[in-house]
Amino acid sequence: MTTTSVWTGRTGASKRSLRRSLTGWGFVAPATLIVLGLSVFPALWAFYLSRRNWDGISPSTPAAWSNYERLLDDPQLRSAVSHTLVFTAIFVPASIIIGMLLATALNRRLRLVAFYRTAIFVPFVASAAATGILANYVFSPQFGIANAALRVLGLPEQQFLESDSQALLTLCVISLWGEIGFTVVIYLAALQDIPESLVEAAIVDGASTWRVFWHIKLPQLAPVTVFATVWQTITALQLFDLVFTTTKGGPLGATQTVVYYVYYQAFQLTHYGYASAVAYILFGFTLLITVGVIAYSRRVKMEAF
Amino acid sequence: MALPTIDADVADVPTDGAGGGRVVTSQVRRKLRLPFSPWHLLLMPTALLFLLPLAQMILASFMVDADLNRYPPRFFPTDLTLNGYHQLFQQSSMGQWLLNSTIVSMVAVVSHLFLCSLAGYGFARLKFLGRTTGFFLLVSTIMIPIQLLMIPTFVMFAKVGLIDTLGAAIVPWLASAFGVFLMRQFFLSLPVELEDAARIDGCSTFGVFWRIVLPLARPALATLTVFTLLGSWNDLVWPLIAISNENNYTVQLGLANFQGARRTDWSLLMAGNVVATLPLLVAFLLAQRHFVATMSFSGLKS
Repeated sequence: MTTTSVWTGRTGASKRSLRRSLTGWGFVAPATLIVLGLSVFPALWAFYLSRRNWDGISPSTPAAWSNYERLLDDPQLRSAVSHTLVFTAIFVPASIIIGMLLATALNRRLRLVAFYRTAIFVPFVASAAATGILANYVFSPQFGIANAALRVLGLPEQQFLESDSQALLTLCVISLWGEIGFTVVIYLAALQDIPESLVEAAIVDGASTWRVFWHIKLPQLAPVTVFATVWQTITALQLFDLVFTTTKGGPLGATQTVVYYVYYQAFQLTHYGYASAVAYILFGFTLLITVGVIAYSRRVKMEAF
Repeated sequence: MALPTIDADVADVPTDGAGGGRVVTSQVRRKLRLPFSPWHLLLMPTALLFLLPLAQMILASFMVDADLNRYPPRFFPTDLTLNGYHQLFQQSSMGQWLLNSTIVSMVAVVSHLFLCSLAGYGFARLKFLGRTTGFFLLVSTIMIPIQLLMIPTFVMFAKVGLIDTLGAAIVPWLASAFGVFLMRQFFLSLPVELEDAARIDGCSTFGVFWRIVLPLARPALATLTVFTLLGSWNDLVWPLIAISNENNYTVQLGLANFQGARRTDWSLLMAGNVVATLPLLVAFLLAQRHFVATMSFSGLKS
């Protein structure tokens, strides 16, 4: 293959290219080995594990595809999947729309714009643990300011994270609070990349602000939107930290997500094989969505990757 | 400035070239003219909504119990106390956890900066056998999610005795595919002439990298620092799995577990939150300019 051209050359040339290869690998090997050793290798191992039954202590036994068969009719997994999908279906569009809206607003020369930018981005810096603990306080039915605000507005108080019908939606709001800064920043960067001449020309031609946004800016934002959709979908499908620090999957399993279920199966029940199988299916699903979105965006000719 | 009469159409046009911009001024807008841009009506409430929980976190951490346990709750304290902080450091190993997280993040940043820029430079500039394959393989690992890796990595680390040590939290942060990718993209954008000149002057490949290229890479290195700091300091799921010895907890893990024991000790918990968030908050506010500016080229202009 590519090696033939290297090895059939004159000895001097081949020595030189060997030296070049050694130098090149000297540069890239440390990082490459660490990354591959901690990703490709464990990923293959996880596949092996998914076809065994193992509790981490006693010798593992072969399970063939039984772990995968089992997850097809596991009611707990099914409800975890539906919670994850509901969360994703709300979180992703909301973060795209709100992010785009706020970025458009922040892209103006306004007084206080630096303050607004900082305010909206700051929650992104807070960890999921801190965010979760803070959310427990803010949404505490008795002591939280969320209910205090509702009382001031004359609205009925809510149970939020302690109600099985509201917990997932509350988690969505908390996630948006913490993650919207990311979408805003990438949209802001994309808006600033739109050539000003394009916008000015449209305005000179008499286009309204709204039409400028719809016909000029929005098409230019398409690649970022593809990127943001993929990124936020992956984030949403992998929701874990916030669940762990707020509801721990409750109340009554209402916020049990797929990744939380993987964690529960693996590290509380030590069902390593089954947990690996579930993780693999989630991985496949994520991959499918990612590839699907990218393929779709290629077909309608807006390249993001 | 003409700020009092500014409206959406004017604000849309860069002020320096605003001349012919205001062709359209609809009737509606003339009637609704506000003393400020209508965008403030969206941005001000949003900004307050984003800051309010953080303000409450800070205020509550200084509150006395009487204020915290009132119904309805108070937003502004009647009295300030450091009791929450005092008890936090007394009843938990918060000092140790802060130290642990500092170690993890420092090692992560230093190792990331060195290894990722080294590899990024190799993939961007050096020609060697297997370069394309290697880079493709490396970047495709970004797709593999943590939950797929956590079980085998746990078993692997247990075999080499890393589990329950601080090392378990450090090793996954030594380098990342994202970091290599980021640095490679940056190096590709640099003009190659400078390096050629240095090489003609007899500089070794590593010398070129270390003395010529790296000093030029400061913006990319700043971005990488911020991302690594954010990721390593805020990581929860991996320390949660890998570390159960309380002395080796990271701040986030300590905080999460401390909460379990003290469900409604709000002043303590909020004090913990402030302590865990403050270092990054300060770092972010200091590096904000870098952060927002370079985020664009990192992810998008690939």
